[in-house]
Amino acid sequence: MAKGVKPRVKAPKKAAAGETVTLKTLISHKMESGQRKNKDGSVIPRSIINRFTCAFNGKTVVDVKLEPAISTNPYFEFEAVVPEAGEFQFTWYDDDGSVYETAKKVAIA
Amino acid sequence: MTFKPTTAIAALLLAVPTLAIAEADDDTLIVNDELEMVTKAAAPAHLADDLDEVISGWHFRSDETQALQMDDFDNPGMLGVELAIDAWETVEGTAEKSCASCHGDVEESMAGVRAVYPKWNEAAGEVRTLEMQVNDCRENQMGAEKLGYTSGALTNMVALISLQSRGMPVNVAIDGPAQAMWEQGKELYYTRTGQLELSCANCHEQNYGNMIRADHLSQGQINGFPVYRLKNAKLNSVHARFKGCVRDTRAETYSPGSADFVALELYVASRGNGLSVEAPSVRN
Ligand code: HEC
Ligand code: HEC
Repeated sequence: MAKGVKPRVKAPKKAAAGETVTLKTLISHKMESGQRKNKDGSVIPRSIINRFTCAFNGKTVVDVKLEPAISTNPYFEFEAVVPEAGEFQFTWYDDDGSVYETAKKVAIA
Repeated sequence: MTFKPTTAIAALLLAVPTLAIAEADDDTLIVNDELEMVTKAAAPAHLADDLDEVISGWHFRSDETQALQMDDFDNPGMLGVELAIDAWETVEGTAEKSCASCHGDVEESMAGVRAVYPKWNEAAGEVRTLEMQVNDCRENQMGAEKLGYTSGALTNMVALISLQSRGMPVNVAIDGPAQAMWEQGKELYYTRTGQLELSCANCHEQNYGNMIRADHLSQGQINGFPVYRLKNAKLNSVHARFKGCVRDTRAETYSPGSADFVALELYVASRGNGLSVEAPSVRN
C-alpha cells in the first residue's frame, strides 16, 4: 500500500435546498508516474490514484479518471447542487487496489 | 575576455524593465478569513541603518501562490503538519514515550515556542534551533534515534510546532549569551561567497523587489518556515533553503545543522523580529 495516503474534504455543513455549494478535496499521494528511474536505472513502478468519485445520497456528482501526469497530492474543486439533506460520499481508487473513502453530511439550513 | 561575474549579476538585476511593478505588493495576508498577519513591520533597531521596513516573503510571490497560504485547506504544507500530528502521539525509543507523554497537547505546550527560536539553552550552553531541540528530546528524553536535520519527518514536526505560534510576532533574543553567535551570523550574512562572490545582503538587502532572472527577490526572511515549495512539493527547512542560496553563489556550502548555519539562522530570524510567524507558508 502507498504510504502516507490521507483524504481530506472541505464541504459546508449547511446549505439551502437547491443551493450550489463548492467542494474541495485533496488526497495526499505521491502519484509516482511510472516514467521515472531510480539511481540504479530500474523503473520506479507506477503508483497513482486512478479514479476519484463523488456522490450525493448515492447519485453521482463527478466521476474522474486520473492519469500518470497528474502531480503529487491531487486536488479537486467542484460545485454540486444540494437538493435535500444528506451526505456527500467521496471515493479514491489506488493502483494497488486500495480504496479510500470519506463522507460529509449536509443539513438544510 | 576578462569578465567579472559580480558585474554580470548587477547588470542582470538592472536590465529588468519592470522594476516599478516588481516591488513588494500591498495585499493583506488573512489566513482562514480570520487571522490577520503582520507582513510588513518597522525594521528592528539593530537593522535600522540598513532597512526601513522588514517584509515577509509572501509579498513577493504571485497572487496564485499567495492564495494557497490564505486557507489551510488549500495550503499543501498542512499535509506535513498532519503527518506530524500522528508522530506527536507515536511512542518511540527505549523510554517508550511519545512527545505527548511529556508535552501533552501540542496546541497548549508549544504555543509561542517558535516565535523565540533559535534560543539560548542554559543547561546545554548553546544556541538551539527547533530542529536541534526536537532531536535532543528524541535522543535524551525518548531514547530514540535523531532524525536527519533536513528530513521530512523533522521538518514536518518543526512545522507542527511552528504552527502553534502562527500570527505571533517573531521575537528572538540577540543579546546576553546569544550575542556572540548572533555576531557570527551577522558576519556570515555580509560575507561574499562562491565564484559569484555574492553575500546574502547583496541579493536580499540591496536588491529585494528586483527580478533575478525569473525570480522575484524577497528579503530572504524566515518567519514563514518551514516553507512548502511548489518546486519540490514538500516542506523545506531553513537550513535546506540556506544551502540552496549559498550553492547558487557557486560555493561549497556549510552543512545543515552546522554551527555556521545555526548562527546564520539566529541572525536571519532576528532580521524578521516584529513580523508574524507564518509557518507553514507557501512559495514557488
Ligand atoms: C521524557 C519527557 C520528554 C519527551 C518524551 C519529549 N520531551 Fe521535549 N522537552 C522535555 C523537557 C524536560 C524540555 C525542556 C528541556 C530544556 O529546556 O532543555 C523539553 C523541551 C522541548 C522543546 C522546547 C520548548 C521551549 O519552550 O523551548 C520542544 C520544542 C520539544 N521539547 C519538543 C519535543 C518533541 C517534538 C518531542 C517528541 C519527538 C519531545 N519534545 C519529547 C521533555 C520531553
Ligand atoms: C544570487 C542571489 C542570492 C543570494 C546571494 C542569496 N539568495 Fe536567498 N534567495 C534568492 C532567491 C532568488 C530566492 C527565491 C525568491 C525569494 O524569496 O527571494 C531566495 C530565497 C531565500 C529565502 C526564502 C525566503 C522565503 O520567504 O521563503 C531565504 C530564507 C533566503 N533566500 C536566505 C538567504 C541567505 C541566508 C543567504 C546568504 C547565505 C542568501 N539567501 C543568499 C537569491 C539569493
